[in-house]
Amino acid sequence: MDFLIQLLVNGISIGFLYGLAAMGFVMIFKSSSVLNFAHGELLAAGAFIFLTLVTWAKLPIFLAFVITLAGTFVLGFVIERLFLRPLIGEPLIYVIMLTVGLASIFKGLMLLIWGGNLYIYPDFLPAHLSIQMGSINIPPVYVISIVIGLLFLTLFGFFFKFSSQGIYMRSVADNQTASLSLGVNVRRVFALSWAIAALVAGMSGIILGIINGINVHDLSSVGLKVFPVVILGGLDSIGGAIVGGLIIGLLETFTGGYLSPSLRDVVPYIVLVFILLVRPYGLFGLVEIERV
Amino acid sequence: MRKLHFHPCGNFREGYEQELTIYETDFGRTAVFLSLVLLFALVPVISGPYVLYVINIIGIASIAAIGLNILVGYTGQISLGHGAFFGVGAYAGAIFATALHVPFWVAVPCAGLVTALIGMIFGIPSVRLKGLYLTIATLAGQFIIEYVLVHWETLTKGTMGIVLPKATLFGISLEGDRAFFYIIFLSLILMTYIAVNIMRTRYGRAFVAIRDNDQAAEGMGIPIFRYKLLAFAISSFYAGFAGAIWAYYMISITTEPFNLGLSVEYLAMVIIGGMGNIAGSIFGATFITVLNEILRWLTDVFMNTGILQGVELSIAPIRELAFGFTIVLFILFEPRGLAEVWRIIRSSFRLWPFSY
Amino acid sequence: MKDNTLLQLNNISVVYSDVIQVLKGVSLLVEQNKIVSLLGSNGAGKTTTLKAISGLLKPENGKVTDGTLMYEGKEIQNSAPEDITRMGIIQVLEGRQPFKYLTIEENLRVGTATRWGKPYKKDMELIYDYFPPLVKRKKTLAGYCSGGELQMLVIGRALIAHPKLLLLDEPSLGLAPLVVKEIFKIIRRINEEQGTTIILVEQNANMALQIAHYGYVMENGKIVMEGKADELKKNPDVREFYLGMGASGLTKSYKDVKAYKRRKRWL
Repeated sequence: MDFLIQLLVNGISIGFLYGLAAMGFVMIFKSSSVLNFAHGELLAAGAFIFLTLVTWAKLPIFLAFVITLAGTFVLGFVIERLFLRPLIGEPLIYVIMLTVGLASIFKGLMLLIWGGNLYIYPDFLPAHLSIQMGSINIPPVYVISIVIGLLFLTLFGFFFKFSSQGIYMRSVADNQTASLSLGVNVRRVFALSWAIAALVAGMSGIILGIINGINVHDLSSVGLKVFPVVILGGLDSIGGAIVGGLIIGLLETFTGGYLSPSLRDVVPYIVLVFILLVRPYGLFGLVEIERV
Repeated sequence: MRKLHFHPCGNFREGYEQELTIYETDFGRTAVFLSLVLLFALVPVISGPYVLYVINIIGIASIAAIGLNILVGYTGQISLGHGAFFGVGAYAGAIFATALHVPFWVAVPCAGLVTALIGMIFGIPSVRLKGLYLTIATLAGQFIIEYVLVHWETLTKGTMGIVLPKATLFGISLEGDRAFFYIIFLSLILMTYIAVNIMRTRYGRAFVAIRDNDQAAEGMGIPIFRYKLLAFAISSFYAGFAGAIWAYYMISITTEPFNLGLSVEYLAMVIIGGMGNIAGSIFGATFITVLNEILRWLTDVFMNTGILQGVELSIAPIRELAFGFTIVLFILFEPRGLAEVWRIIRSSFRLWPFSY
Repeated sequence: MKDNTLLQLNNISVVYSDVIQVLKGVSLLVEQNKIVSLLGSNGAGKTTTLKAISGLLKPENGKVTDGTLMYEGKEIQNSAPEDITRMGIIQVLEGRQPFKYLTIEENLRVGTATRWGKPYKKDMELIYDYFPPLVKRKKTLAGYCSGGELQMLVIGRALIAHPKLLLLDEPSLGLAPLVVKEIFKIIRRINEEQGTTIILVEQNANMALQIAHYGYVMENGKIVMEGKADELKKNPDVREFYLGMGASGLTKSYKDVKAYKRRKRWL
């Protein structure tokens, strides 16, 4: 019984992390309909920038955290500016392939700078954040990931539903020409969505780094995990990202705990294929309204 | 003898037959024929074993890339599972050869058929899925196939890998790069011939119609699901066929190479070569394979000369970097790929010195 | 230049993809608070003219290669659409093009993009006042609304931006005659009550000339005729080719159709 509950707790916290990582992804998709294959690399970039600031520059944790977020924000902005902007209006596959190429570039760069080794952060989270219930222990990182996940979920939810900037973003995703004709600054929308996405990715990268240690390959492969998460939830739904994250997180921990650890990485995909056959736009995705 | 056609200075087509011709001019036909003769007569004689090996790999990659181009470039279904299908073909070929003792010339097409079947199974989500969602479903296929290859140990021997018997064809044992050169390039020509001609039939036109507007295609009476499945089947057949030849050529295979990276590489070949262009796939396959070899050679040089001895250098980062930059630069500057570059070069020669 | 000129096109040429010339020297004059209608058959270059004004040529790889576009005394040819919209020129695109996944209300809110951050509640009321059918549909996704509602929506969406110059591209496209009448009535009201200058591109010449003050006829990327709306309505060529009436003024019947076509006098 305890084992079950512990698995449940682990699954939920990992799920929130996946959801958080997926949120940035959804952000990009929602505004510019770009499927970002370099998302894992953005996660890794956040984790490594933080690592460098904490261990090498020896900055205080809070300052390092803020600088990392600012750094990833700028990084996202630069990526959009340099690589994505020339492709506005090109077919989907070019954009996908471009992000695949970007993923390779970033991975190569990070391997050159930090190598393929596993690093860990110094222990800085206060221990009293952990929650103890009977024999079940929720470590502080997990608590933090749940809290931040919920926080950003509501933040983004409000942003897209009620703020003007959020509505402009959705309008651009919907019909670029029409939003141009109304004076929406499409370029700013794209840049902003990439910047925010990179920021969220960087933050999830830091948390993942605390849990699993920091390694280029591991972190960038999380980028691939994001796919079943976002597709399950629906590519354009922020809430769906969290639900998808929870489903995938639970599936993973339970197959890992009860069946076999080697199945852990495949089961999400198998479930994904079946869910897609029943609901082609994911659980919460918008059904495409098509008129010829 | 009928009049030979040379380059017209404009679009002077008068009938549908002319739209369907493969070679616009007799000059093109002759050029292709001549270069094929040169390829078979000269290349195996003058190239050393390493060059011949690289050329063979290019040939195999070309077959698989043509298959992917039919699915991605012509039918518009973006697949991220082509590497896995290639693996399925390799394993199917290996299993036919070792467990069933099927001869080489039967095993390879059979492997293609098995892969086509698997490809159709993973194409089923295309009934309801479109665009990005389908891409991710094929990504799921990639991971599921990879898992099965590693863990179905009774069939695939898991991570141990399979050693294939020597290939024999009509009693002649095929050994060494030269023998395989002929096998690979004869198959490549055959497969190219088939692909080019499929595209000229109603099937090919249906594929293109689905790519351009699937709803309109359905309205025109094209059963799109059947045709999408067919595209998956044909594309996987090519992958499986290439995979099986590759398995024979490599003699022993393991599950390692057939990962997502390979799928991405094939997609890169199709895009860099030029989507919806059969010759482009061959260009793309050549480009990526040569790029890989150059990078390997470069790293070797760096390692041996000791310029960067102090630095912890391995091939991985440089390879990743160069690969990424190639893709990104191509997409930014020539999204229509090498086929377009080739066309521009050709026509600027043809039109020289009056370029309009 | 007269004082009340809002927009003036001087001999502009537009080329798409550096190859296809669509406009071959078009000159227009739009006065303040007037409705100017732009008539012409398909492919005459009406939509391109509008896009040249609103800056939307750029995403389609088109360019104004020659001539000047003066708006309130400033040259605006080839400016970015973000800047042009902020100067008060808003185009309503052909074929409606709503944001399908946004509700009607959110669609209207996108119209505030040119004056981001300023209050918009009152304008919403105004739009709902002009287009009462939209009120019931506030929370519906635009993708599920009817053609008439969508046309009202996109005009309303443009009005929210407080345009000085509104470019309407075929507002009657694919709508029932009664709905068209309704929409034209509203367009006229907007012009009268808000003082919005309107350039109206239409196939339905009859309707357009009823509400317009001035009209231009385009053909093959050139202006071939211009005049006051009433004068155009009386012109025998316009009657024959655009209003579908015989030269005698009665509605054309098959009896009168001649075996040969009447020669267009301006050709």
